[in-house]
Amino acid sequence: MPDETTAGLRLDAVRIRLDGRELVAVDSRVRPGETLTVMGPSGSGKSTLLAYVGGFLDPVFAGEGRVICGGRDIANFPAQERHAGILFQDPLLFPHMSVGGNLVFAMPGTIAGKPARRARAEAALADVGLEGFYDRDPDTLSGGQKARVALARVLLAEPNFLLLDEPFSKLDMQLRGQIRTLVFERARRSRLPVILVTHDEADASAAGGDVIEIG
Amino acid sequence: MLRFAPGIAIALLALPVIGGLAGTILPAFGYLPALGGGELSLEPFMTVLGQPGLLRSSLIALAAGVVTAAISIVLVALFVGGWSETRTFHFIQSLVSPLLAVPHAAAAFGLAFMIAPSGFLARLVSPWATGWERPPDWLIVNDPLGLSFMAGLIVKEVPFLLLMTLAALPQVPLSASNRLAASLGYGRVAGFLFTTWPAIYRQIRLAVFAVIAFASSAVEVAYILGPTTPAALPVRLVEWMNDPDLSSRFMASAGAVLQLGITLAALLIWLALEKLCGMTMMHFCEQGRRYRSDRLLRLAALVLIALTALIVFGGLAVLALWSVSGLWQFPDVLPDALSLRGWMQTLPRIGNPLVTTVTVGLASTLLSTLIVIGSLASGQRDGNGTRWKLFFLYLPLLVPQAGFVFGLKLFLTHGGVGATWAALVLVHTVFVLPYIFLSLSAPWRAFDTRYEAIAAGLGKSGWTTLLVIRLPMLSRAILVACAVGFAVSVGQYLPTVLIGAGRLVTITTEAVALGAGGNRRVIGIYAFLQMLLPFLGFAFAAVVPTLLFRNRRAMKIA
Repeated sequence: MPDETTAGLRLDAVRIRLDGRELVAVDSRVRPGETLTVMGPSGSGKSTLLAYVGGFLDPVFAGEGRVICGGRDIANFPAQERHAGILFQDPLLFPHMSVGGNLVFAMPGTIAGKPARRARAEAALADVGLEGFYDRDPDTLSGGQKARVALARVLLAEPNFLLLDEPFSKLDMQLRGQIRTLVFERARRSRLPVILVTHDEADASAAGGDVIEIG
Repeated sequence: MLRFAPGIAIALLALPVIGGLAGTILPAFGYLPALGGGELSLEPFMTVLGQPGLLRSSLIALAAGVVTAAISIVLVALFVGGWSETRTFHFIQSLVSPLLAVPHAAAAFGLAFMIAPSGFLARLVSPWATGWERPPDWLIVNDPLGLSFMAGLIVKEVPFLLLMTLAALPQVPLSASNRLAASLGYGRVAGFLFTTWPAIYRQIRLAVFAVIAFASSAVEVAYILGPTTPAALPVRLVEWMNDPDLSSRFMASAGAVLQLGITLAALLIWLALEKLCGMTMMHFCEQGRRYRSDRLLRLAALVLIALTALIVFGGLAVLALWSVSGLWQFPDVLPDALSLRGWMQTLPRIGNPLVTTVTVGLASTLLSTLIVIGSLASGQRDGNGTRWKLFFLYLPLLVPQAGFVFGLKLFLTHGGVGATWAALVLVHTVFVLPYIFLSLSAPWRAFDTRYEAIAAGLGKSGWTTLLVIRLPMLSRAILVACAVGFAVSVGQYLPTVLIGAGRLVTITTEAVALGAGGNRRVIGIYAFLQMLLPFLGFAFAAVVPTLLFRNRRAMKIA
């Protein structure tokens, strides 16, 4: 277990450039269960910060700086070894799998045996208020339901941290607050450091952590 | 492993072309040690140039290349300009697109069965309107000017160019330009030609070059519909190439080099025409006239495009009817009786070519698809330039088949490989791979990579993401690309004839060979099978994802 000084996620002199022009410069620390909110106009490069931390930065960008997670610098790790839980604007449920298939795919291999994995997925669905949705076609779900499945999927993978790329911006007003509360509450419960990219002030205040502006 | 795929693809496309060209050019100058030709000489060229009617044969090939491409591209441009974003457009598009899957030989037979003096159209109007009790003695098919030959090429070029244009459309702001031009008072067609067309043409240019290269060296269409005395150069070339007298290989090679020159000349003429048309368009554009009354032009484009599809599909239907007809005398519109005798007689002989067609088609499609997916997946990882890759992709389509497949054949025979199944699969792959790549690259690039970011975040490796996320989600596009590839393989004539050397025959080579016999029932059967096989491929590509993902709404056709 990492101690209090190394727990969480630290961005150490992270810089992202495009054609030599600096887009993003961040030095910050996110403690477990807390949220760092990155704000900026569209095109400011705030999503590229998430791509850098998550390990899927487009090769046209040049990124540097340390990303320290649990005491280790993961900046040079391939994406699949960083265990970044990602939520985008769209829920992006894999359309060729059932709702349950999406969840089982996300689960670590340590949960062994088909019945055990199914039971775990059913429990995760119940936890986000979607009992009995295991065999459903994801495309038949409402926007709010899809967002809940996406959250359940990301948590089931037991990520080291969460990267949220304007995940509430496409939901309508009523749902937005509801899903937002759910996401932050679950992140706190799992003691996950969170980086949130948004241009919505309400997101920032709901997140309640540090806010940095770029662009 | 993936990173080797682009190298394999380029080697597979470039080596046969370059090696084949060398194997054609050296014997053309008298160098073929296996046949005792150890010194360079111009004798083979002298022999070719001494052939009777050679100039006429060459001119027919040249004209076929330039004229058909010009007519086809004008038709496509006028049609897209006149009708884009209308319901008619989508209807015609769905009517014309299936033509792409019909092999050249089958389309040519279909056309012949329609327009021949004893064909379906003549029967429709006889004898009540024409007074004909027997077919008139007219040379409509095989006419000396090669008009029906060119028509046979055009009906296949139009769907190809239309599809390439449709693929280019999303990359230009079509609706906005159309509206802007209309608000400035321009007619539909003129507005389109002045604003959008140049950008589209730039994107489909290589495809147009491929059309010219194919048309100027097309064998099977020329064989079925082209003039006979003398025949177009490509037809005569194949005769020389198949001559059992080994010494005629020098002459055949020289002929193939002549063919390369003719295709090159056709392309050069085209480049000049491009310049000329560009300048003319500029001139009209700068005059500022609005060309508002283009209704007749639009209508003409629509009718002609629809006609290409109707004639071929009508012809194919007639041809299918012939395969099951009993007595069917002129001028009866329909046969007196239906009979399966033709099928009963032919079936025992179909097995072997059918097996070769299907296995070679499946093998070359599978091989090509694996290489294409590997190339696309690795290109996505490096993300480096694609301009020169596209050139290699088009290489086998830009160099006339007769120019390099013959050299390849000489390599294989004198290298002791001979007419093997594996050699045929490899040669088919050279032509199948580019089409699969062209068909799959757009959906591949359109894939939302955020799905892959999520999968990576879930801790999945690149391979798992490829196999469990991307490929299943692209299954429909992949299977359609496979169906395109299979159709290309089924339709291959010249490479099959040359590499198969009579020992490996396919439905297509049999159909063309039987075409000379003129037995309509037998031709009907083979041409029917020729269109059935690609059709089955596309049906498979449509049905399998639907069954696999029957409970997944988002996986249905958008």
